[in-house]
Amino acid sequence: MSAYLDHAATTPVLPQAARVLAEQLARTGNPSSLHASGRAARRVVEEAREGLAAALGARPSEVLWTSGGTEADNLAVKGLFWARQAQDPARRRVLVSAVEHHAVLDPARWLAEHAGAEVVLLPVDDAGVLVVDALRAELERAGDRTALVSVMWANNEVGALQPLADVVELAHRAGVPVHTDAVQAVGQVPVDFTATGVDALTVSGHKLGGPGGTGALLARRGLDLTPVLHGGGQERGVRSGSLDAALLASFAVAVAEAVGGREAQARRLGALRDRLVAGALRAVPDAVLRGPADPARRLPGNAHLTFPGCEGDSLLFLLDSAGVEASTGSACQAGVPQPSHVLLAMGLAADEARGALRFSLGHTSTEADVDALLEVLPEVVARARAAGLSTVPSLAPAAAGAR
Amino acid sequence: MRVLAALSGGVDSAVAAARAVDAGHDVVGVHMALSRNRDQFRTGSRGCCSLEDAGDARRAADVLGIPYYVWDLSERFEETVVADFLAEYEAGRTPNPCVRCNEHIKFEALLDKAVALGFEAVCTGHYARVETAEDGTRRLHRARDASKDQSYVLAVMGPRRLQRAMFPLGDVTSKEETRREAAARGLSVSAKPDSYDICFVADGDTRGFLRERLGSRPGEVVDADGTVLGRHDGAYAYTVGQRRGLALGRPAADGRPRYVLSVEPVRNQVVVGPAEALQVGAVEADRAVWFGGAPAPDEAVTCTVQVRAHGAAVPAVARVRADGTLDVGVDPAGGLRGVAPGQSLVLYDGTRVLGQATVTGTRRPTGADLRGSAGGTGAGTVAAGAR
Repeated sequence: MSAYLDHAATTPVLPQAARVLAEQLARTGNPSSLHASGRAARRVVEEAREGLAAALGARPSEVLWTSGGTEADNLAVKGLFWARQAQDPARRRVLVSAVEHHAVLDPARWLAEHAGAEVVLLPVDDAGVLVVDALRAELERAGDRTALVSVMWANNEVGALQPLADVVELAHRAGVPVHTDAVQAVGQVPVDFTATGVDALTVSGHKLGGPGGTGALLARRGLDLTPVLHGGGQERGVRSGSLDAALLASFAVAVAEAVGGREAQARRLGALRDRLVAGALRAVPDAVLRGPADPARRLPGNAHLTFPGCEGDSLLFLLDSAGVEASTGSACQAGVPQPSHVLLAMGLAADEARGALRFSLGHTSTEADVDALLEVLPEVVARARAAGLSTVPSLAPAAAGAR
Repeated sequence: MRVLAALSGGVDSAVAAARAVDAGHDVVGVHMALSRNRDQFRTGSRGCCSLEDAGDARRAADVLGIPYYVWDLSERFEETVVADFLAEYEAGRTPNPCVRCNEHIKFEALLDKAVALGFEAVCTGHYARVETAEDGTRRLHRARDASKDQSYVLAVMGPRRLQRAMFPLGDVTSKEETRREAAARGLSVSAKPDSYDICFVADGDTRGFLRERLGSRPGEVVDADGTVLGRHDGAYAYTVGQRRGLALGRPAADGRPRYVLSVEPVRNQVVVGPAEALQVGAVEADRAVWFGGAPAPDEAVTCTVQVRAHGAAVPAVARVRADGTLDVGVDPAGGLRGVAPGQSLVLYDGTRVLGQATVTGTRRPTGADLRGSAGGTGAGTVAAGAR
């Protein structure tokens, strides 16, 4: 049996969410249709909307369904930029933290390449936390030329919680809307859309026990968003596309469960995480915990470590062979390991950043999972270290051929 | 055995991995990423360098039910294979990047890492056979299908690394057999086209690649007497035996076509002459690698030699000089011509690889070559390696 320690990549669907999905899949009806089947489907979708809004402190009308976190991030970054540009062409600056997920960074870069945006990467400290003074300076310098600020709620690699209250206060003082990618945060830390004051917030289904292919952008009432997807005019005309009642019902149930059980779960995962980190540092004394040292300032399920002299992909392979599933932190299209932009932004050298492993815990995690990791970790690190050296470690040293 | 199967994304490596799985080995698939910017590398035909190839490799691993990883060897590839390619052309030699890739990447960087991680062998889709000799050592042999044989580009790995090499396609009778087997196994790469180009040179435009990386370096095209016949824009763009693209202003006095006889980087000259000046009677080589031990100094080794990936093997007698360099007299009837410094030379005894070395120069036929004039007086030398 394998130990699954990659819940930040995706986490098993919650039983209740799976049940609802199966029930609803058997039903027919496009929520946009006017007949009885359509009305029934619409009712399911709207109940899901209300459930999701309630769980996250939003109004139902502020929920825009999407296909997932990436689409919601794209809609927020591009939609806000285009809308602000239409109102005031001078607002072409996009401020994002340097540790954003690619679903925020890449749309911002795309806007720079294709739509005249000026992207400013806001620095983070050595724990991966936004440097608030840098944001303040950027807004003081050119707040009136800034279209939006996007800072994630919690970092997906090193688990750092970001100072969102400061971000919102500073940005709003300058009249700039704030988007936050809360994909990793929902279900792990308290997330209240209205209370936090952000203008847009991304949530994803499969990261918290819902089905894949589901997500939402919470968008404050009155927030202007230019559509990315055009078509049938669903979701206030901002996000066209037929809605899938079964997926959304399941998604909303998962959010409600994850948020409802969050406090107890976070306590349990935090304790497991602390045990994992302590055990790993005991087993490999020169390993380094990355992200905030204070457990209260990071996601309860996140442990991120670097192992000097090791390649992350070697560690990953050896753990996988030993039945332990983890991540180097950031997946990439072709699976080519690149030093993490998050770790580089935190000031790590490329070589340090290479030996990174992220362990992320979730609702099915147990002490046995952590123990399985700790049991194999010393041997895995020793082997990866041998492979990390560029010399020939295991073959006889004689050079080939007669000289 | 724990086996690492190198998966390029092509049909050969996929079927080789499948055969390793069938043989009962514990197989893990690894695709080597050889370019940092994968969009720059050629897509389409089999490469091992494009995103499409990485996807095909991953799909093959999934069909075989084996784990799949991508290992980033792009820095090593650039430092060894690409840098060597450029440096060799710059020095007036003719490199074979596939040989260097096998030497430095597949059977060094990849193999070393595999061994360090606990693998016992690296399996590739090369067409070659490994046979165990009576003394227990393993020997490299030509593939059963001579037309697909790749022992020429593998010999450089030497005997020590051969101990950990696995070539399951060595006894395949034809490429068609490999493709049929791939189709029968449900591998979608079964009909993927072969590639013959250099994977890091877009569109097969080697000259354009060299110009881009080495820049314009105008110089003279001269005949053997030093008479200037024309101009060139970079001597690196010429290789011994080449006839096309010389753009000589005036024809030869005898009206016969002229060929590149040598490239002289120090004088930045391309030397041209008639076809008969390309005939080779003896080849000199260094950096020799021997399977089954090096011959005694000056011992005449009767063998056949091959100097190109798809070239014929020519009867020869090889001798090792005291300094370890190699002097190989070739049978004039073999018609060996236009051999350039930098080319890989492989010696065979029948199907068995005896050794491999890198060509440093050639001599014209003297009538005594097969007896192996190991002195190498330099008389008649047309292409002394510019070192």
